[in-house]
Amino acid sequence: MDWNNFTPIAAALGGALIGAASLMLLLFNGRTAGVSGIAGGVLRFNLRDLDWRLAFLGGLIVAPVGWGLLRGGMPVVEITGSIGLLIAGGLLVGFGTRLGSGCTSGHGICGMGRISLRSAVAVLTFLVVGVATATLARLGGLS
Amino acid sequence: MRALFAALAGLIFGVGLTISEMVNPAKVLAFLDVFSGAWDPSLMFVMGAGVVVYAVGYQLIIRRNTPLVVPSFSLPTANQIDPPLIGGAVLFGAGWGLVGLCPGPAFSALALGGAPVLIFMAAVVAGMLAFEWLWTPLQNRASA
Repeated sequence: MDWNNFTPIAAALGGALIGAASLMLLLFNGRTAGVSGIAGGVLRFNLRDLDWRLAFLGGLIVAPVGWGLLRGGMPVVEITGSIGLLIAGGLLVGFGTRLGSGCTSGHGICGMGRISLRSAVAVLTFLVVGVATATLARLGGLS
Repeated sequence: MRALFAALAGLIFGVGLTISEMVNPAKVLAFLDVFSGAWDPSLMFVMGAGVVVYAVGYQLIIRRNTPLVVPSFSLPTANQIDPPLIGGAVLFGAGWGLVGLCPGPAFSALALGGAPVLIFMAAVVAGMLAFEWLWTPLQNRASA
């Protein structure tokens, strides 16, 4: 265990905010806050359904910059790995989340919050595979 | 109006990803790499708190007949556990474990992560387009 970097309170606060933001989208827009679904919908290029999707994604992009300006220091984004690894990972995440109808937000927060067995199975699957892949990648010297 | 509230929701969502450090792939990989000897379990609390908050609010909101700024709810109705669900989750989990970014944090890291995050995001979009333009038409043809 890495107790020096263990941040349960910040994590829970952030998680609660993510839950609250997802509830806002449900209450006002009647939508599930699944980021892969919202982004995938943009790529259907249906002009009458683009505005709220782009607005939500824009909020996601701007938020950490605004937070960094308020706090006087930008959030840390530490990303390693070769270009090939980044491309392979991105293709898997893009295709996989569309095929599996959701990611950590749509299945993980909203689906689990709706007590959907389908989402719970998806979450268990991508967590187990995520753990196995991260472990193998470290052992194989990829990350 | 619906875009305004979506933007606000996106902002708050993004602050949540920032405070919890989900935007940092190194933190995510330290969470997924359970057996490294330096496991950082923090991110369990992100999903835990998020699910609890959403579950409570969902029960209250869903009693309404309509949302506040659009005519009706558009929520997922599928409940089957089928090969696309499992296969998609396996592929997604593999990509997540390789890089440490899932879709929400990838957007929130976009302005801060430089070229690596831009390259990753371009590949995510390519993967989504492959699903939309290659996979879905193939499936439709197979079932026609």
